[in-house]
Amino acid sequence: MNAGKILGLILIFSAFAAGLVIGKNKSSAVAPIITAGSGGAAYESGFSAKDNELTLSGNSKSVAGPPMTDVVVVVNDGESIQAAVHKAEPGTTIQVMPGTYKETVYIDKDGIRLIGVIKEGNRAVLDGEGKLNDAILYSGNNIVVENFTITRYKGNGIMSQAGNNWEIRNNIIIDTGVYGIFPQLGQNGVIEHNVVSGIEDAAIYVGMSDNVHVAYNDVFDSVAGIEIENSRHAIVEANHVYNNTGGILAFITPGLPIKTTYDVIIRNNFIISNNHPNFAAPGSTVAGVPAGTGILVMAADDVVIEGNIIRDNKNIGILITDHAHAANITFDPESDPYSDGVKILNNTMINNGTDPIPEIKAFMLSELKMGNPDIASIGPSDDSCIINRHRYVTVGIKGFSECDFTNTNSIGNYLLPPVPPREIKSEDRGKIAYLGICAGCHAYTGRLIGPPVQIIQALYIDDPQGIADYIANPIKRRDDYPEMPPQNYLDEETRMAAAQYMLEVKN
Amino acid sequence: MITRLLTLVFLALIFPVSASASPPVSIVLRESCPPSFEKMPDGACKLVTLYGFYDSLQGAGLGGTQTSLPQYRDGFTPQQIDLGRYLFFDPVLSKDGSISCASCHHPDRGFSDDLPRSIGMGGEELHRAAPSLWNVAFLKKFFWDAHADTLEAQMLGPLYAPNEMGNTPNGLLASINSIPAYRVLFKKAYPQRKEESIVLDEIYQSLAGFQASLISLNSRYDRYAHGFHAALSENEVEGLNIFRSFVARCAECHTPPLFTNQQIAVIGAPEPEGMAIDVGAQKTFEEPRLKAGFKVPTLRNIDRTAPYMHSGRFDSLHAVAEFYNGGRGHAVPEGVDLQLHWHISSPELTDYELDRLVDFMGTLTDESLKPQIPQWLPSGLTPISHKSTTHTAIITTKSGESL
Repeated sequence: MNAGKILGLILIFSAFAAGLVIGKNKSSAVAPIITAGSGGAAYESGFSAKDNELTLSGNSKSVAGPPMTDVVVVVNDGESIQAAVHKAEPGTTIQVMPGTYKETVYIDKDGIRLIGVIKEGNRAVLDGEGKLNDAILYSGNNIVVENFTITRYKGNGIMSQAGNNWEIRNNIIIDTGVYGIFPQLGQNGVIEHNVVSGIEDAAIYVGMSDNVHVAYNDVFDSVAGIEIENSRHAIVEANHVYNNTGGILAFITPGLPIKTTYDVIIRNNFIISNNHPNFAAPGSTVAGVPAGTGILVMAADDVVIEGNIIRDNKNIGILITDHAHAANITFDPESDPYSDGVKILNNTMINNGTDPIPEIKAFMLSELKMGNPDIASIGPSDDSCIINRHRYVTVGIKGFSECDFTNTNSIGNYLLPPVPPREIKSEDRGKIAYLGICAGCHAYTGRLIGPPVQIIQALYIDDPQGIADYIANPIKRRDDYPEMPPQNYLDEETRMAAAQYMLEVKN
Repeated sequence: MITRLLTLVFLALIFPVSASASPPVSIVLRESCPPSFEKMPDGACKLVTLYGFYDSLQGAGLGGTQTSLPQYRDGFTPQQIDLGRYLFFDPVLSKDGSISCASCHHPDRGFSDDLPRSIGMGGEELHRAAPSLWNVAFLKKFFWDAHADTLEAQMLGPLYAPNEMGNTPNGLLASINSIPAYRVLFKKAYPQRKEESIVLDEIYQSLAGFQASLISLNSRYDRYAHGFHAALSENEVEGLNIFRSFVARCAECHTPPLFTNQQIAVIGAPEPEGMAIDVGAQKTFEEPRLKAGFKVPTLRNIDRTAPYMHSGRFDSLHAVAEFYNGGRGHAVPEGVDLQLHWHISSPELTDYELDRLVDFMGTLTDESLKPQIPQWLPSGLTPISHKSTTHTAIITTKSGESL
């Protein structure tokens, strides 16, 4: 959304049409509809209505569940956190004492709780010294990262690739390059009480994820404060978001493999003075965000904006737009370019739009609007609604209806109890391991790389344990076959199940 | 037994095959599914892999180490798959009988060739590199420019392009139907059908079934992913962490478990010297923003498929890594305006880090399920490629036959 490019021909045409509508409205002099923010009907998203019994009760944000074991390992200053992760069994809590740790920590196992110990204000500091790539990188499920200070990494502070049920809490992240906190391709996560600043893209970036709660974070001096991208069922609430280029963003980036963003609630945040000059890398999506944008919705559907204090954002308070009006955006026939179903409830908007980008000024002019814009909607936005529109200086929202609800009180959060791993029955476990691994080298009859299964069956009648033990630690037994590589990466249960299955196959 | 086989070899060499001749041995289609496939009660083969232990967000088959696979093609019968194997290696599918699918997708060359750009039937160099066929069962888009949506639609390209296999649907049908052994085999693979003749869809389906059986998911990386961390060396793990770091960002598009997100990306890779810029997906989608956009290829078995990129500009994985490290748009020719992908950046990796990336890519190799090249083909031709004159005689004889 480059300042120079936001205006397309479409905009001119739609603005012209909108201007005609205005003229009519003026002549009929409709009194404003005033809606009380409290006591009205509550918004229900499709998700909450359908899956309400699944969401966590009360204020609990424990999506990683209790520790899987009571094993606690302590890492002291001068030791390596990664070494502790290496040795840790799933379920281990790793407590990191105050000190400075110059390393990248990666976690490819489940249930690791990485907890910094704060002593009289002193934290465990992960320092990338401007040389290391990422501070913490995980792909496991049920990961908790708490209480660290992370600084001077070139890539991300905390990032994931997949992994469900994560909790990222109470970290201070300063100047870590591209993203401060970046969970990706996972479900069910909490990001709360973090202080993130000085990030050249998004301080908190939820990418391609489901069921996410971003709350009570302090996010400043970055290009984008909080970004919800190609994600669903996300709540962004009670964050303090200031002095970024753009405050809170909900959008679809086309060209990503997961194509939708919907069901996002942005509520009760302080979105203040996000006027920082844009310092994003050229070509990045946020490089096009105009400085001074409080909330930006682009191509996301069913975004509810409620109860925010949006103040002193010089471009505009809330900008709703589509892919056609954005620069730097690629083409993707599989993603819907429009922001539909936007719901703007009561927000406290003060002193926004004092210096809007020329495109918004021109858009205002085309609708014969005066003043400093709080809300602009550029491009089609079907099924969108707003209450108390008379309070704001708006442009492009003629098509918005009156919302028939006034709050989101019925939705506490979109979090789930810890998402369980896929349940695999023992016999399926054996089959999967046998066909997925053993069958690559062992045919039922005839020679592949290893001896035929028929011969193995004859050798190990009624002795699956014998097979399970052998494959964990094979020794060369046959001169005419190569030595079998150990299969000890399979856990005992899986090895046993595969052995049982192998003894039973008939072809 | 060996003596008998040898005799047959000699017989085949001595006596040119003719259209009416039987194949030198009686070919029997396999009744068991390929390794890693389970035979279901209805006779169809279902793929089973350790990735079945996992889920993925939105079922999209993208994520990290323990993430399920995307939706895939399976459900072919053992006979269809095995018949597809014969067709795949049989040069009779090309107009002049000189090349087969395997000529450009050779199992010993990562189901690609070792050429920067493939060579078609008449010796003409094509414009793009042959993509590997490993794990095509998982793909939703085919060709570098993503212009086909199924394996069946894809194969029409090479089969019928005049500069590739040069055939026509009628020509293909005529040759296959004129070979008695194929008539027998197709009947075995398609026992329900009423027509006497082989039809095109059966050819396409068998070829698709064979290609969908080319599974590579048991590399050392996979063992690491399933939890056996000693499967990778320290250097390789370091490479993995660079690969997925947000400095290099490789994994943002080459996303596990397939190491492709199956999207189009405009990366600005250079063409070989003297070649005009290939507009790629711009043509497919009639969309200038996708100029020079190409489908993100899988990196599985990548160290088997040099040279690299859509037109084979780079000879080594190290050279590819250097390209990505060279700065956003550094190789885009003067005056060409490309909308480069947002993850194409200037990561400034060290040489040491580039070496580790190459180490890591080497862990993605698994050819344990490489199928056997048939010894004999129903056509009597030599598998993969046949340059002698005998086959042209066959084709000539056949061309007179009607269906």
